[in-house]
Amino acid sequence: MKSNPSPQADAAEPQDERIQKVSFWKKALSRPEFGALAGTVLVLAFFIVASSGTGMFTPAGILNFLEVAAQLGIIATAASLLMIGGEFDLSIGSMIGLAGILIAIPAVEYGWPLWAAILLAFCCAALVGWINGNLVNKTGLPSFIVTLGFLFILRGMAIGVSRLLTGRTQVGGVHDHIPGDWFAALFSGEVATGLFAWMASQGWIATNFAGNPVVTGIPVSIVWWLALTALATWVLLCTPYGNWIFASGGDANAARNSGVPVHRVKISLFMFTAFSATIFACLQVMDTGSADTIRGLLKELEAIIAVVIGGALLTGGYGSAIGAALGALIFGLVQMGIFYTGVNTDWFQVFLGVMLLVAVLFNNFMRKKAMEAK
Amino acid sequence: MSERMPMIEMRNVSKHFGSVIALSGISMEVYAGEVMCLLGDNGAGKSTLIKTLSGVHQPTHGELLLGGEPTRFKSPAYALDAGIATVFQDLAMIPLMSITRNFFMGREPTVGWGPTKRIDWKYADRIAKQEMAKIGIDVRDPSQPVGTLSGGERQCVAIARAVYFGAKVLILDEPTSALGVKQASVVLRYIAKARADGLAVIFITHNVHHAFPVADAFTLLSRGGSLGTFRKEETTREEVLNMMAGGAELESLDAELAEFQRSDSERKTDAGDSDASGTRLAAGQ
Repeated sequence: MKSNPSPQADAAEPQDERIQKVSFWKKALSRPEFGALAGTVLVLAFFIVASSGTGMFTPAGILNFLEVAAQLGIIATAASLLMIGGEFDLSIGSMIGLAGILIAIPAVEYGWPLWAAILLAFCCAALVGWINGNLVNKTGLPSFIVTLGFLFILRGMAIGVSRLLTGRTQVGGVHDHIPGDWFAALFSGEVATGLFAWMASQGWIATNFAGNPVVTGIPVSIVWWLALTALATWVLLCTPYGNWIFASGGDANAARNSGVPVHRVKISLFMFTAFSATIFACLQVMDTGSADTIRGLLKELEAIIAVVIGGALLTGGYGSAIGAALGALIFGLVQMGIFYTGVNTDWFQVFLGVMLLVAVLFNNFMRKKAMEAK
Repeated sequence: MSERMPMIEMRNVSKHFGSVIALSGISMEVYAGEVMCLLGDNGAGKSTLIKTLSGVHQPTHGELLLGGEPTRFKSPAYALDAGIATVFQDLAMIPLMSITRNFFMGREPTVGWGPTKRIDWKYADRIAKQEMAKIGIDVRDPSQPVGTLSGGERQCVAIARAVYFGAKVLILDEPTSALGVKQASVVLRYIAKARADGLAVIFITHNVHHAFPVADAFTLLSRGGSLGTFRKEETTREEVLNMMAGGAELESLDAELAEFQRSDSERKTDAGDSDASGTRLAAGQ
């Protein structure tokens, strides 16, 4: 700034001094994910103390809560982009159930190759997202209502289709179809197994009686979670499309007047949430080997909780994908931490609700502070 | 008035909404390097006029000439492409987004290609800072939210954005109406600068004190019609003020106010009397 040789440099001098006062600390405070970061540190510190000696922070325990966080984090990432874009998707949970059925039934009952079944699920997800987005755009109804409708429609379709075709609401036996399927491999198993075997051979991580590591690798869901979070963060912070998401959520009218294709942005975001639900379903179906029509129940609300804890504004235009990832991490930490510390897990939901309220109050406070940072 | 070609010209433009005649037979010429002030009371048709100019509405009759060529804008985007930038009262600014993000909203500069195509933040920040510096606003940090700027500064960001993206005609809808004296002067200085840069500026305002220093000509609207266009040198501040408010109406308002004041003070003396009698009654009981 000070190297600016313009004639105004002198006049600007006293103002330049004011910039010094905007410390690094204040900048960090004004980031949307700051609250979630502070929360994560607090929760982490609490459980490190409270669960000492229970094995929560052994490699196996860490992967446990990371896996819980990862599953939620995958849909929370998409939900965060959508919320920043000014909309909700309450049909995520039902989409998970429907996608699971769409993968399992063709593969198990009709002998489709798994990749084709997964592709079918993704196509249906794209269609659902497209319909959601178009309905919101064309009718001007709140997405809360439109997607609430789809919450029931999709859940009902999952149950109806599955009962119609198989007579049951659960479909098992997917495991037999996974080996050799290139597409399914993306959603199943673990990565870095060689690394873990090597670490075990070095004696860095525990091994079982047969000399194999207790932790054999990083579940693929965690990789998906981290990759999606990184992708979403890059899109938000570095691409024009990310700017359009902020603009569409901040003020759709102003965005449109400035030439932002608001409708296209919203449709694509709804498609992305449906996609993320399908990724979730793929991981779950490959992991458990079965699909169930009631899978994903309440997941849409958990995703919203993670996003809000992550610092996103319910009215749109503000938030971060990293925040959503941290929100999901807090979620996983608390859920598994309560289990490890031996607190009755009935209290988990109480804690979750309280945390949501605290997060919203805290974020409101921080945002006001950021606006005052003049 | 010279033989120059007007940058934008309206010829006998009318706009009807169903049976309502919002504009009737408006003719107006705005030249490059000039500020045309559009004056008029509420409901005079100012908003309809600028919306017609900026492509939101299409005229029912009459024609719009841009640089001498008859044109019709299907939507605001076409007007924007033709170099007509409108800064509406809501500014099309998003308070929670940074100055740079707002400045380049919808027209982000990118580097790289394919999947690595990304916003060139360095360049964007520099341009935003530089364009703001040009109008005398020192932006300390272009990544600070627009919500932290004052109303006048926000207005300037909106105008600077329009100018930067190649506006030839700048339409400003009441840019100073919500501003304090100091902030308004910042905006007015910028309008003068835009004029010096050769833009045609159409400036809508209620405030003759804001209009007079920067305007080259005034067009007065009343009930959808034009009361005429006056060059600045042909008129005075008082004349404009009179025409704008409807001088006769102001005079009668003065008389009415005086009447109110008189009856008000009479009522006060009456009320004082009755109060006194009330106390007397209470005391009697």
